[in-house]
Amino acid sequence: MYILGISAYYHDSAACLIRDGDIVAAAQEERFTRKKHDDRFPINAVQYCMKEAGIEPTELEAVVFYEKPFMKFERLLETYLAFAPRGFRSFSTAMPIWIKDKLFQKSVLTNQLKELFGDDVDWRSKLLFSEHHLSHAASAFYPSPFQKAAVLTLDAVGEWTTTSLALGDGKDLKVHKEIHFPHSLGLLYSAFTYYTGFRVNSGEYKVMGLAPYGEPKYVDLIKDNLIDIKEDGSFQLDLSYFDYCTGLRMTNKKFDKLFGGPARQPESELTQREMDLAASVQKVTEEIVIKLAKGIAKDTGARNLCMAGGVALNCVANGILLREGVFDNIWIQPAAGDAGGALGAALGAYHILHGKERKLSQSRDAMRGSYLGPEFSSEEIETALTEAKAKFTKVSDQEVTDLTAAALADGKAVGWMQGRMEFGPRALGGRSIIADPRSPAMQKQLNLKVKYRESFRPFAPSVLRDRVAEWFEHDGDSPYMLLVADVAEEKRRKMTDEEGKLFGIAKLNVPRSEVPAITHVDYSARVQTVHADTNPRYHDLIDKFNELTGCPILVNTSFNVRGEPIICSPEDAFHCFMGTELDVLVVGNFILRKEDQDESLKQNYEDKYELD
Amino acid sequence: MGIIAELWEFLRTRKKLWLAPLIFIMLVLGGLLILAQGSVVAPFIYTLF
Repeated sequence: MYILGISAYYHDSAACLIRDGDIVAAAQEERFTRKKHDDRFPINAVQYCMKEAGIEPTELEAVVFYEKPFMKFERLLETYLAFAPRGFRSFSTAMPIWIKDKLFQKSVLTNQLKELFGDDVDWRSKLLFSEHHLSHAASAFYPSPFQKAAVLTLDAVGEWTTTSLALGDGKDLKVHKEIHFPHSLGLLYSAFTYYTGFRVNSGEYKVMGLAPYGEPKYVDLIKDNLIDIKEDGSFQLDLSYFDYCTGLRMTNKKFDKLFGGPARQPESELTQREMDLAASVQKVTEEIVIKLAKGIAKDTGARNLCMAGGVALNCVANGILLREGVFDNIWIQPAAGDAGGALGAALGAYHILHGKERKLSQSRDAMRGSYLGPEFSSEEIETALTEAKAKFTKVSDQEVTDLTAAALADGKAVGWMQGRMEFGPRALGGRSIIADPRSPAMQKQLNLKVKYRESFRPFAPSVLRDRVAEWFEHDGDSPYMLLVADVAEEKRRKMTDEEGKLFGIAKLNVPRSEVPAITHVDYSARVQTVHADTNPRYHDLIDKFNELTGCPILVNTSFNVRGEPIICSPEDAFHCFMGTELDVLVVGNFILRKEDQDESLKQNYEDKYELD
Repeated sequence: MGIIAELWEFLRTRKKLWLAPLIFIMLVLGGLLILAQGSVVAPFIYTLF
């Protein structure tokens, strides 16, 4: 039985295809269209999934959309009604969009499917709608390695739900508790994202990365005024400080007054104030996540926890949750945001609607390392590179490992494209920029010359699974880079008294460990453990790098520049390579060196994409 | 007309038939807004819809 899951029309549209409950393929539309957070119907992603499975449209049992548009409309109407006559501006912006388009989503989706697959099938009858948070919960539970688990979903808002607690057992998944709009942890975090001058629904991870530079001095102010947190982690926001129910902004003048000034203008200079605000909202988020988890553990007695929803991408909070030991095991869906809703919608329909039994994965989980996207054959890569007028050398598998490891040890920044593309926001060694973490200058160099992004942004380490405990205060799997752990005490470098007194961004220039490029200012790192079973080539590469340098770690950042979706194809890889100061590009068994390339193919890449 | 039947069914299932007159008024108002403004562009900053 084939089921296609789709998420679209809000942000990060995606498609996923499952066969008898197994995930065959999943991809985000932005990777194909090269438009970050593309929200249009995922035509390319759907086509890719069908091609990967090698099936005809008639073989699809169902197409499942990840949320219910009518219920969202109901929430909008009731919210406008509750706040009327305030909110007319928002109403007058929202209603035309809904009346012209969003209210007719069933027809829009049916027409899109007809256009794509023809009208041999009655697509209207095949089309199903899942609930937003049920899609998230299904994406967290069904691929997890647990027979039985509590499932926590946290995001900005779906239809009504902003936080949900479900219980999964075998093929059953039942929602037990929910917190409804307008009370939302995701929206609180987004309010601070907006207030600190970053883009909502995209800049949240920048707030998380900025937090360690600041002091959480606004925590009491937030807890005394903005949010009432109960002992079980449930919460209520004081809506008089927020504008999102009635306006087109996240915060209002009362919020400005509370924090002593207006929101930071995007792209203006970051000050200690923004860093302190980031540290404060991060601290409050961590407190809520821990309390929610403790409440769930007490209510359900469950020893396993699954998580999804945008807030589950807050790997700092996840790391703390793991160390608190509230649950024995935690599994987080790597595509925790709305893109992952496509996966959950399909799995939910298979197990809940069709009542099909769940096969528990025999390996780590059912996500196969999240390498669920397109892969390119040697012939396809060679044709693409030749057409792009690239100068390349074809080498053996062993040479790929040896030459790349040598280049990395030599301090080169390498573009690395191998195997299937990752599903979800993280590059996990399939579409990554990699480098030597021992270099003190690497973080700044990668940020400013390769990624063209803010210099404060940290980089994550990829470490061999069997060596993780030696280098980090963590001894478990973290294949999806969703947990933050501290660098091991013995690998740290003690700061001098003078260095210890530094504040904010000035801290960035002080090497803090033997692997400074991946050690954040608070000694933390967003760890990815690399496993030979899911990505053998990447594992071999790190192994070889370790042989050369004694360091089983690489810097791993997504293969893109700021504002660009992560690369998908060999062409994307070559364009990004030529537009940045990457030294070497490795695509499959093809190696490209910058100095060999035709100078005239270089392009100004820095301004090519709209800043995120 | 399909959409009206679907909306009616939805409101009945959700036990929210009381929303029906409001939806009617809002749809009329929204329709007028469409006529007034001509084009539909999603706002830049943030939307919850």
